[in-house]
Amino acid sequence: MTDAGERVPTRREVLHAIGVMGGASVLYQAMATMGHAAETQFAGPPNLSGARPGASVLVLGAGLAGMLATYELGKAGYTVQILEYNMRPGGRNWSLYGGDTYTELGGATQKIGFAPGNYLNPGPWRIPYHHRTLLHYCKAFGVALEPFIQLNHQALVQSAGAFGGKPQRYRDLAADWDGNVAELLAKAIDNKGLDTAMTAEDRDRLKLALREWGFLDKDLRYVRGLKSSRRRGYDRPPGGGVNGAPIPSEPIPFKDVMDSKVWATIAQHMENDHQTTMFQPVGGMGMIGKAFGRQVADKVRFGAKVTKIDQSGGAVTVTYTDLASNTVQTAKADYCVCTIPLGILSQIDLDASTGLRAAIAAVPYSNSVKVGLEMRSRFWEEDEAIYGGISFTDRAISMISYPSGGMHSAGPGVILGAYTFGPASYKFAGMPPEQRIAEALEQGSVFHPGRYKEQFIGGAAVAWSRSPFTLGCCAQWNEDTRKEHYQTLVAVDDRIVLAGEHASYVGCWMEGALLSSIDAITRLHKRALEA
Amino acid sequence: MINLIIGLALAAGAPPGEQVYQQVCQACHMANAGGAVGAGRIAALAADKNLKYPEYPISVVTGGKGAMPWFRGQLTDQQIADVITYVRSHFGNNYKGIVTAAQVADSGVPAPHESER
Repeated sequence: MTDAGERVPTRREVLHAIGVMGGASVLYQAMATMGHAAETQFAGPPNLSGARPGASVLVLGAGLAGMLATYELGKAGYTVQILEYNMRPGGRNWSLYGGDTYTELGGATQKIGFAPGNYLNPGPWRIPYHHRTLLHYCKAFGVALEPFIQLNHQALVQSAGAFGGKPQRYRDLAADWDGNVAELLAKAIDNKGLDTAMTAEDRDRLKLALREWGFLDKDLRYVRGLKSSRRRGYDRPPGGGVNGAPIPSEPIPFKDVMDSKVWATIAQHMENDHQTTMFQPVGGMGMIGKAFGRQVADKVRFGAKVTKIDQSGGAVTVTYTDLASNTVQTAKADYCVCTIPLGILSQIDLDASTGLRAAIAAVPYSNSVKVGLEMRSRFWEEDEAIYGGISFTDRAISMISYPSGGMHSAGPGVILGAYTFGPASYKFAGMPPEQRIAEALEQGSVFHPGRYKEQFIGGAAVAWSRSPFTLGCCAQWNEDTRKEHYQTLVAVDDRIVLAGEHASYVGCWMEGALLSSIDAITRLHKRALEA
Repeated sequence: MINLIIGLALAAGAPPGEQVYQQVCQACHMANAGGAVGAGRIAALAADKNLKYPEYPISVVTGGKGAMPWFRGQLTDQQIADVITYVRSHFGNNYKGIVTAAQVADSGVPAPHESER
């Protein structure tokens, strides 16, 4: 951009100016925006070595953070043992399959009846392409990945306040949103609305851009025509022979597009964590937990409920109840990597600094509910050509997601029938599992009336607030607690270091658990060598 | 976090705190307020001596405790007062007196500063 008489600042000057005015974090963000910063903090596996002979580490929790710590510290020469509350590895990385049984807090037990190959991922379900740590270990441990469809233009958007509650195609709404915004912006330019903001030359360039980006006609109008139909689709699509000529479709009035609040859906897809390409393991997210579990299989003690962590006398001594025999036992090591979720850890008798104990107690956990609905056929594919992706609603279920695996097969298939946030999560979690399933079926049927309930076979529902091994979904930091407690929480406390998504800024993602673990064991190893 | 301000019609004759309990609290504390035990523990609110003085439940509900999030800013002070009144007079608790929104305003923990999501 050039303006009369004004020298254009160089990129270096711009970066410098931002750095002076906004501090390093703003500079980092600006650099990331301009493509000069990395999209991950992963610099490769930790490559630790040279542990003192006989040195030992006790790891608490066989989730991804704990298992990665065990694997890497084992390679470095430590004797490592894991204590895990559950009877399986993986923690929140987990899939429910047919034949599985799950008992939540309060005692409700579900026997999952899904067909072979079908599953619900109660926890993580998608992997961003830039979560390099997780991708690295998936490759190293032989976890096969396939694309996860996040954005599907053919999927639906539904809200009570628009179109009489009738769902619309994301394609139509997104196209008409962009098209109308482009037309309005072009009008603003013609009405001299941007004269002070841009040069005449750039205003002309922007008008050309708006015409292309918004699929406007030659008069910069977003109207029914072959141009707009190239994005939003046709009333009669192009074909062969006599009736081959396409018939364009009519854009939705802009007021109705506004009512749909489609921008919220568009923005969700735009987020860095949701951008193409996303992945999922073939056969369920739990394949990752299982693969990590195989790497540390001889080192895990399952069914161990930790009750006390002591680090007096130059060692860490952990007291736990062996759930199978209901006996109290102890395990001892030189050091400890503790990945127990903070809500649970805050209730455990922990011998650590006042600051660390205060930090552990200061971080509450979010809640979420996921419901899987198994359908007899993949009618969303057969009837509506929806292959994977997400339909969004302002109902409590918030979305339904179509399976990205096994596309174009006969079925049955499992739809993610609810992924709740905020107040809706409490409401759903307070119901018995069968009522959550019934409610999800009822709410989700708005997208596929007639088919949804008719094709339903059975479901599974997991409420994280009633999860026996986490007491919630993810650590819920805010600006105040980050400032006051985060550095204390991640610091090595004599012989103990914490790891997990809660000890990261990539909260609620598997990547956060792994990055936290690598950082924690790297510092613990250093501490051990200096001792 | 989304503001709850539950706007649902009350069943005739139901105590005003009941719906808040059912739609929020029982997600963890269970429908019978019995709590639960797994790797950790969810406190039972049934026959709970800690409810004797309203100040304690007010501080926990507004400020959170351990895994339990704060509810200041998610529930109105009136909703918080109602649900505490409800729990203090149900589930084997027989504490007298109605907790008021003014008491919640007076002794509640302010909502934390939310980071932009």
